[in-house]
Amino acid sequence: MSLTVANILVTGCLYTLIAIGLTMVYGMLRVLHIVHAGVFAVGAMVGLLVFQALGAGFWLSLLAAMLASGVMGVAIYHLGYRWVLDAPRGTPLIVSIGLFIAVQSLLERPFLLGPDASSFDAPTGLSALEIGDFAMTSIQVTIVLSTAVVGLAVWYILARTRLGLGWRALSEDMNMARSLGVAAERAIAVNMFVGSAMAGLAGVLIAVYENAVYAHMGSVVAYKAFVVVVLGGLGSVPGAVAAAFVLATVEIGISTWLGSFFPRDAIGFAVLILILLFMPTGLMGKRLD
Amino acid sequence: MDGYLISVATFIGIWMLMSMSLNLLVGYAGQVSIGHAAFFGIGAYTTAYCTVKLGLPFPVDLLAAMVVTGIAGGFLGLPALRVRHDFLVLATIGINFIVVAIFQYTPALGGAFGIVGIPPIRIAGVEFLELKMLLLVLAFVALVFGLKALLLRTWFGVRLVAIREDEEAAAAIGINVASTKIWAFVISCGVAGLAGSLYARQLASVFPESFGFVESVTVLTMVVLGGAGTLVGPLVGAIIIGGLPEYLRPIKEWRYVIYGLVLVLLMIFERDGLLGKESRLRRLLARLAPGRGTAAR
Repeated sequence: MSLTVANILVTGCLYTLIAIGLTMVYGMLRVLHIVHAGVFAVGAMVGLLVFQALGAGFWLSLLAAMLASGVMGVAIYHLGYRWVLDAPRGTPLIVSIGLFIAVQSLLERPFLLGPDASSFDAPTGLSALEIGDFAMTSIQVTIVLSTAVVGLAVWYILARTRLGLGWRALSEDMNMARSLGVAAERAIAVNMFVGSAMAGLAGVLIAVYENAVYAHMGSVVAYKAFVVVVLGGLGSVPGAVAAAFVLATVEIGISTWLGSFFPRDAIGFAVLILILLFMPTGLMGKRLD
Repeated sequence: MDGYLISVATFIGIWMLMSMSLNLLVGYAGQVSIGHAAFFGIGAYTTAYCTVKLGLPFPVDLLAAMVVTGIAGGFLGLPALRVRHDFLVLATIGINFIVVAIFQYTPALGGAFGIVGIPPIRIAGVEFLELKMLLLVLAFVALVFGLKALLLRTWFGVRLVAIREDEEAAAAIGINVASTKIWAFVISCGVAGLAGSLYARQLASVFPESFGFVESVTVLTMVVLGGAGTLVGPLVGAIIIGGLPEYLRPIKEWRYVIYGLVLVLLMIFERDGLLGKESRLRRLLARLAPGRGTAAR
């Protein structure tokens, strides 16, 4: 029981980290940011490389991974999305899919990750937690703590700073915000940086948690982040956080108490399709046109 | 012709069926789907099950494959009635994962090992292998191409394009958006089922991983590269994407990297595809053969 609770907490945190980046990009650019899955995997790879090749500690590797992912996010905007924002909705989506396929297959090449999983066994230095029946391993504690810190930081930026105000204005109405003097290009770049850095953070955390880095690690996790984002209403950050924990509870609940008659990942997508059928703009979504 | 060439050509023919079928949805009805390989897979598994487990003869398994995928497509059409744009795309990605999971977790479908030993098509004692199979596939390609061209000239085709251009306006002039969309999904997925059925016969085996997200993206790349919403474009896309990697081995290793980048560059520089309505190639053809190029759709 307490194992399950810890599992739900950790899974919810990981979904949150990935989903916030996705939902921020959607809110601002109205792009289904599929290549987020690629950013996530690149983050894990950079973390592993810095850890192994440079012999850096866990936290330094984490920082490097976040930095690299963030830069990658900004590059995706400048080399891809920026040129197709005025096009019909399908166009930036296909750009995103194209980038994702390219990044994922590039990671699969032998000079990067190759076809097999590499182990990523980095001690985080935090101690394991045990309160009565409730126990968490060191990496689980790390995941929960980093999510809390980063989540609070994002909340602070969004709610309390001029930058966050700019983000919110841009997602309400990009042209109006621009004409009222929001430095759109810079705000978007920072937004992409922050969202992507969070994906990189999640990538390293999951890689260490599962002790595996592989080219396709982004696929399922990031699509499930889409489930989270839709559940929470595309573009809504608080919605995404709530939905991350709802999905984690439902998935782990079903597979723990009903047995694994069906893969956990497929449950998430089945939930997604059912929700879309009955609530076409998500649980907390407002009408989008 | 040697066997290898024939086999490559046969697979290209099957991809042509797939790209034509997806083009009906993406290019004409304006419903972006990134789950088309799921229906390809449902068709292939239906044929595999009918032939290997039930021992049914040729046209029966093919018809069953088309009916089953058509019905499954109709169900996918249901979210499309309420869900639009981005949400529909997410639903189609989800379908892809669910269908692959069903293939993997259903013991009757062979689980992760798939179904092997699918017999070749046999009509009146003649086995359709190699060259005969290629000709049969090409006959289906011609048939589907002809039917699609006819279909687009009917009111149904006009209604599809009206929905693509503006759903509200289409509804306002009295088009039944719901039934038109559902039929578009049924027809498109039915053709994907046909392609899947032929694929299973050609490969003589089916495995769950052959029908995943990457394959869906491959088909989408074919449609978009050639030109969504044109008759010939998707065929050209299928020839390029299906044929090139076979002849340039280095390309084969890097093919998904290249597909991805091709998609990105196309969207930035030639949004409507190589043969799209306003594309450079189309304008060049129009200049070379005045009066012909613009009339060709």
